[in-house]
Amino acid sequence: MSPGGRFGNSPTGLALAISAGVTMIIALYMMFLYAPQDSVQGPVQRVFYLHLPMAWIAYLAFFIVFVASIAYLIKRNRRWDQVARSSAEVGLVFTTLVIITGSLWGRPIWGTFWEWDARLTTTLILWFIYLGYFMIRAYVSDQERAMRYAAVVGIIGFIDVPIIHMSVRWWRTLHPEPIVTQSGGPAMPDSMLYTMGVALLAFTLFFVYLMYQKMLLEQTKDELSDYNLAEADRQADAAEGVTA
Amino acid sequence: MRNLDKILAIVWKDLLTEVRSRELVVGMLVFAMLTIVTFNFAFDLTGVERAPSGAGALWVAFIFASLLGLGRAVALERDKGSFDGLLLAPVDRGMIYLGKLLGNVIFIVAVQLVTIPVFGALYDLPVYQPMLFVVLFLGTLGIAGLGTLFSVMAASTRAREVMLPVLLFPVALPVVISTVRATTLILTDRTDALMQWVNLLAAFDVIFLTIAFLVFDRVVED
Amino acid sequence: MTVSMPEHAPEAVDRGGIPRILASGVTKRYERRTVLRDIDIDIDAGESVVLFGPNGAGKTTLLRVLSTLTRPQKGSLRINGLESEADAIVVRGQIGVLAHQPYVYDSLTARENLQFFGRMFEVDNAPARIDQVLADVELLDRADDQVGTFSRGMLQRIALARAILHQPSILLFDEPDTGLDVASVKVLERILAEHRESSGSLLMTTHDLAFGIRVATRVLIMVGGRIVRDCPSSDVTADEVESIMGAPGA
Repeated sequence: MSPGGRFGNSPTGLALAISAGVTMIIALYMMFLYAPQDSVQGPVQRVFYLHLPMAWIAYLAFFIVFVASIAYLIKRNRRWDQVARSSAEVGLVFTTLVIITGSLWGRPIWGTFWEWDARLTTTLILWFIYLGYFMIRAYVSDQERAMRYAAVVGIIGFIDVPIIHMSVRWWRTLHPEPIVTQSGGPAMPDSMLYTMGVALLAFTLFFVYLMYQKMLLEQTKDELSDYNLAEADRQADAAEGVTA
Repeated sequence: MRNLDKILAIVWKDLLTEVRSRELVVGMLVFAMLTIVTFNFAFDLTGVERAPSGAGALWVAFIFASLLGLGRAVALERDKGSFDGLLLAPVDRGMIYLGKLLGNVIFIVAVQLVTIPVFGALYDLPVYQPMLFVVLFLGTLGIAGLGTLFSVMAASTRAREVMLPVLLFPVALPVVISTVRATTLILTDRTDALMQWVNLLAAFDVIFLTIAFLVFDRVVED
Repeated sequence: MTVSMPEHAPEAVDRGGIPRILASGVTKRYERRTVLRDIDIDIDAGESVVLFGPNGAGKTTLLRVLSTLTRPQKGSLRINGLESEADAIVVRGQIGVLAHQPYVYDSLTARENLQFFGRMFEVDNAPARIDQVLADVELLDRADDQVGTFSRGMLQRIALARAILHQPSILLFDEPDTGLDVASVKVLERILAEHRESSGSLLMTTHDLAFGIRVATRVLIMVGGRIVRDCPSSDVTADEVESIMGAPGA
């Protein structure tokens, strides 16, 4: 491990960065210049090309947290926790973006920033669950305990997603539906579908790149705390006059 | 069944402690009553629309009272280090979870059984219906099921009073929605859509009690 | 040590060659500190071992690890030949723990506390056994008082009763003599002697060096998470222990 050599300029990191960057540029071109204007919603519909891929990444990230959390509780291997906490952080950021793009899109379409729509509400609740995930990590002083507790939240939180969604949807049927539920559907022209496909690919590659970097960072953090611990032990030995 | 006897021993111990000290139920009960009275001033609970608002007030009261009781129950258990004493017993720690859960459910149900008639009288709502008690029990099992797990976790954090609601509220949202909806339907005598909520509650309970049972051992280890 | 042990659970019998406690390479880290470093311990049936060490040496953590409450990051641990983590449930039935806190419930009486733990530990013929241990710790006359009304010394004795209730073959006692008056220390010593006579093993910590050396057959000294001395209790004096610990007074 040469200092700094881990980040950015490793061949894998570079390849991921370039492929994610190039596809993202193509996706941006397509969503703003290639895809046709939506006849009903106008230009604001284009936020959909960001909103949906972001939602996909958020849910993918929490699914990875779920799997890594189970693996951590069974194997107790810190690597799994590194995966879980990296993915949870990316997931939380994307959940925030989903909520923001969702309400920006909703403003001209629904007439309000917020509708208690099942998808948007579930995402909001998810945001709170993973906020709790990071809070419990922060409030537990022993690292291993924090990892176990976070894993429990990561498992319960993800399993709860379909249940929350279902309960909000059923609850929703008692309220008036939003005027325009979602754009697209089967009537979406091919050019819109292609744009969405490229956008999904671009965001997925971007996610892989973020995960790659984030995991290197978390790994380094853990190694640093190992080093500090060993150093503290050495100093304690020296103070007690014990030779290791 | 030796495991069953141990679960019952824990319940017996918790009930006996509560009968002697009355540290949990009385506090929870007063809190639940006060919440219901306060809600009368926050919402109009006297009009024709009082059933949905009333159901909401009732469940908010129960959930807050449960939070209070769950947090206090863990504090009591840790008082003389006795939780470690329990963990030293030769028993699957999932059984310890079930014992603590059962005790918590009994305490919350006790609070509900006193609160419900008062609630019914204050807001003139038809509360004496068997299905209401089914919903109460299933909802309580869901709240206590996750609450017992999360309260043990929250107790070993630096911000225990904060962490329990922060963890429990979002995850327990389906319980809140289902119980409030189901209670509203029962109070307004519309039982057509009731079963879907009861089923959702039952599914929630089964799923999360199973997970909590399985992970409890990892939560209590040091 | 191939003495038969009629008092103990069948699992513990006929394990002549197997040490009661066998720990190797036990390492436990907490947040910012390595509390136990590569600890090896081997305790046989009938051995009474006292563990000395300055505050923060890791004595309590070591006892918690041996009692299955704390899980070490590294190392293996066998209790009565059983793998401590895989067979944790069986292992817990064979050890009796006395910790800094009494592990009892204030609003229950002494007898009710023991009834509860009797059920948790599957004690056979519990009522008679409870009377017996209450007599052993000289609490029969206060058996039906809530332990919340007990003095420090009485709490320590009810904790002692709880620890030996299920006749464990291994006792792990963390400073059992704190808060005890002279008469109660006699009670403790008598119980420890009876335990040893029935081939039971003991690992205990204490700050009273003279008491520890008197009760134990073997002395371990821990400093900074390591065992720095392991010898028969006849080989050391209180003064030597003190100088090894490097801490003034006990």
